Amino acid sequence: MEPFRPTRGGGARAWLAAPEASLLRSLVGQVLTLIAPDGPAAPRATSQDNIADLEALLDGAVLDGSGTTARQTPEDPVLARLLPDGYRDDPDAAGEFRKYTEPGLRTAKQQAALQMLDTLPDAGGRIQLNQEQAQAWLKALNDVRLALGVRLAVTEDFEQQWTKLKQDDPQWAAYEVYAWLGAVQESLVQALA
Amino acid sequence: MSVAPAEVDLPKSTDKPVSDKPWVTIVWNDPVNLMSYVTYVFQQVFGYPKKKATRLMLDVHHKGKAVVAAGAREAMEHNVEILHGYGLWATVMQDK
Repeated sequence: MEPFRPTRGGGARAWLAAPEASLLRSLVGQVLTLIAPDGPAAPRATSQDNIADLEALLDGAVLDGSGTTARQTPEDPVLARLLPDGYRDDPDAAGEFRKYTEPGLRTAKQQAALQMLDTLPDAGGRIQLNQEQAQAWLKALNDVRLALGVRLAVTEDFEQQWTKLKQDDPQWAAYEVYAWLGAVQESLVQALA
Repeated sequence: MSVAPAEVDLPKSTDKPVSDKPWVTIVWNDPVNLMSYVTYVFQQVFGYPKKKATRLMLDVHHKGKAVVAAGAREAMEHNVEILHGYGLWATVMQDK
């Protein structure tokens, strides 16, 4: 990958290798499946064997994705993080807030993810984003990091958690991907800031 | 963790409040969101200068949370909705 760099008009550009593009495509597709108002019926990105473990990590809560007028906090911790309560110590207010905002939030996240997929070449290569597309990437990338971060139970001592794992640990590769996603997002923030 | 808000933009209007305590938008610390990203979001969403956005981000990071805006309840709910769109962990609260 070549990190994001600013372009005129508030956009950004980068370069991704084919496996990087397909990894991103798969992860964004997983988030799409999770947040789609219709749950499992949502479009799904094509998967590859080498990222099956990651998909399995994110796949936990597909059946939780229904109920667009739900007032309850989603049971799945990933969905609860992507669609958080708007009130912390007031369940009634949180329920009302969710009833009115969750469908729109799901739609907005879905649109950002779809826009990212639209501007992500299948075979990798040059990524050229205008300002609006760059904003969509920021949000969609962040949702992927949130989802993976919750599944891996990362803390602020992420580097330490990762160091403690052995390389043959099934989670080691997922930690590596999480770190890489952080670097991609950091470069995009820096390009836009 | 400090209870005192780092900085509060007092409401400018006099929207018939149920109580005169202002409503606030709180952002909570989380281990995933990048510090640079949180600062950027504060600049984008609230139009804060980088210095203020950075200070608020550091409050969130070090104190666990920060009040990032204050005003009418509806406005705070709108803030939270937007911040959730960016993936920040935000809630509405009546100031105590």
